[in-house]
Amino acid sequence: MYQYIRLALSNLAHRGLRSLLTLVGIFIGIAAVVALISLGNGLQEAITGQFATLSADRLVIQNAGDAFGPPGAGSIAKLTDHDKKIVASTSGVSRVLSRYVRIGRMDFNKIAGFEFLSSFPSEQDDFDYFVESFKLEAAEGKIPSADERGTIVIGSGFTENTYGKPLKVGTSVTIQGKSFEIIGILKETGSFQFNTAIFMAEDDLKKIFNIENEIDFIVAQVTDLKQVDNVAEAIKRALRKDRNEKEGSETFSVESPLQALSAINTILIGINAVIAGIAAISLMVGGVGVANTMYTSVLERTREIGTMKALGAHNRDILKVFMTESALLGLVGGIGGALIGLILAFAVSGIASHALGGITLAVTISYPLISASILFAFILGLFAGTLPAIKASKLNTVEALRS
Amino acid sequence: MKHPVITLKNVSKYYYMGDTTVKAVDGISLSIDKGDFVAIMGPSGSGKSTAMNLTGSLDIPTAGHIYLDGHNIAHLEESELAQLRGKKIGFIFQSFNLIPNLTAKENIKLPMLFQDQEEEEKEAQAEKLLALVELSDRGDHYPNQLSGGQQQRVAIARSLANDPEVILADEPTGNLDTKTGAKVMSFLEQLNQQGKTIIIITHDPDKALAHARTIYWIKDGKVDKITKKTGASWKEIKS
Repeated sequence: MYQYIRLALSNLAHRGLRSLLTLVGIFIGIAAVVALISLGNGLQEAITGQFATLSADRLVIQNAGDAFGPPGAGSIAKLTDHDKKIVASTSGVSRVLSRYVRIGRMDFNKIAGFEFLSSFPSEQDDFDYFVESFKLEAAEGKIPSADERGTIVIGSGFTENTYGKPLKVGTSVTIQGKSFEIIGILKETGSFQFNTAIFMAEDDLKKIFNIENEIDFIVAQVTDLKQVDNVAEAIKRALRKDRNEKEGSETFSVESPLQALSAINTILIGINAVIAGIAAISLMVGGVGVANTMYTSVLERTREIGTMKALGAHNRDILKVFMTESALLGLVGGIGGALIGLILAFAVSGIASHALGGITLAVTISYPLISASILFAFILGLFAGTLPAIKASKLNTVEALRS
Repeated sequence: MKHPVITLKNVSKYYYMGDTTVKAVDGISLSIDKGDFVAIMGPSGSGKSTAMNLTGSLDIPTAGHIYLDGHNIAHLEESELAQLRGKKIGFIFQSFNLIPNLTAKENIKLPMLFQDQEEEEKEAQAEKLLALVELSDRGDHYPNQLSGGQQQRVAIARSLANDPEVILADEPTGNLDTKTGAKVMSFLEQLNQQGKTIIIITHDPDKALAHARTIYWIKDGKVDKITKKTGASWKEIKS
């Protein structure tokens, strides 16, 4: 067999460029599969990580137009303290927080930037609950108390490069025209939204954005996890009644973060399916490419085949010669494709980590996956080469010699 | 006494092209004795190439019988015939027919590959044959790095790989100049002296007369006459 492999390798090398072009088809398919699956887990983890700080027993009430968008944009009816009271009085709700997230201008070191500004609850009890449930810890400085004003806590994602100079504890920055002192820097959390956010007292945030009776979103803690859906329905009913709205045309939404997560997972599965489909098509085209190359090769080497037959090659020897070649094409395509796929996965992961700051997109190298991809490419090559090889083996010796 | 390695009994080969039947070979009988140096002589179009293909068991006749080493080739399976042919007959072609992307040595090993020989055995045999054709230092060269004469010598070495009884050479000097051609012929003569049966196909009567001891003169697909050399003189025998 070694001799056949040697023979096949030298034949493939002899047709270098053509072999390479044939391989590209397989490269793309296998690389796509390998990159996709290597990144798939990391992508899922990264996205799930954004929700890690949220839990299943918390409901988020937002204006209907706000879902997934910046709060306050495009909504008709605003959430108010009145709504907060309604939510709080719904049975099964143990705690209600009002939350604000806005994008604001920050000036520091003569550089202006736009940052996510997030509110700390104003009651000490809620404040402690918030800090604890989102696992906020100070890496430097401290977490303030609920009654402090004029101070901010920044996420871990602000680097020296963000504003040209490091943002340190004790530094003063200007946000929306008002001066704030950095009192703490957070440890890195699983959520990149938190890592790039600036936290300030609710009162301060409301003041700098001139917010009066308006809440960006209401977080409701549910007493019994099993009752989450019922409580959500109850809140919906109460708000509908208060606003005099019909079911299906609400101006607000009540969502459990896990619902959003499952929606994102559905999207991820969809994206994976599309890429897998493209990979499958590419592999099919790759297989056709191998078959085509092998047919051409049989035509070109007709006399060689005749010679080998005259030298005592059995039909099955000729079959072996050509099958080995196409299987090797598949194998090399598989190995090359897997390598390209891994490089691609690492590159995407690197770029993502760099561009998205706090986010880490981990690459998982799955050896079973890689072996399976390579094996698949090998079988694909073998399969694609079968018909051309049979054609070659059945050539009439005399006619082949004459060509 | 000598016994025939290859026998053709009243063999015909017809080709059908549309309505016309081309009788490339029309009732040829010949018998190749072991150790003989045979020339199949004829002008182009005489059917000598078809005769050679039949003699070499490369082709199946339309009518008649071909015996290779006592076996009627019509009764052999494809793989049995390939095996037998690979073992009994070594082929040399006018245009060498070396595999371009194999080295000289690998080309020589090729027929052994199809006989499933051990690697060490193949290696040793290839070295021996390279030495025989005086190309020991060219074993790693590819055909396009060799001159025509060298290529044909590699082809001779290759034809000897499985130590066949018969060497069948189709116009072995047809693509060579006179001098290198003479060298190739002298190799064939040497092999004949060592006991190999040599069959050459040629259109050149001088070449046939100079080297062969039996000449089949082919004309219009039939054996026109057979001449045999005894001592220094030629004698025509009845076909």
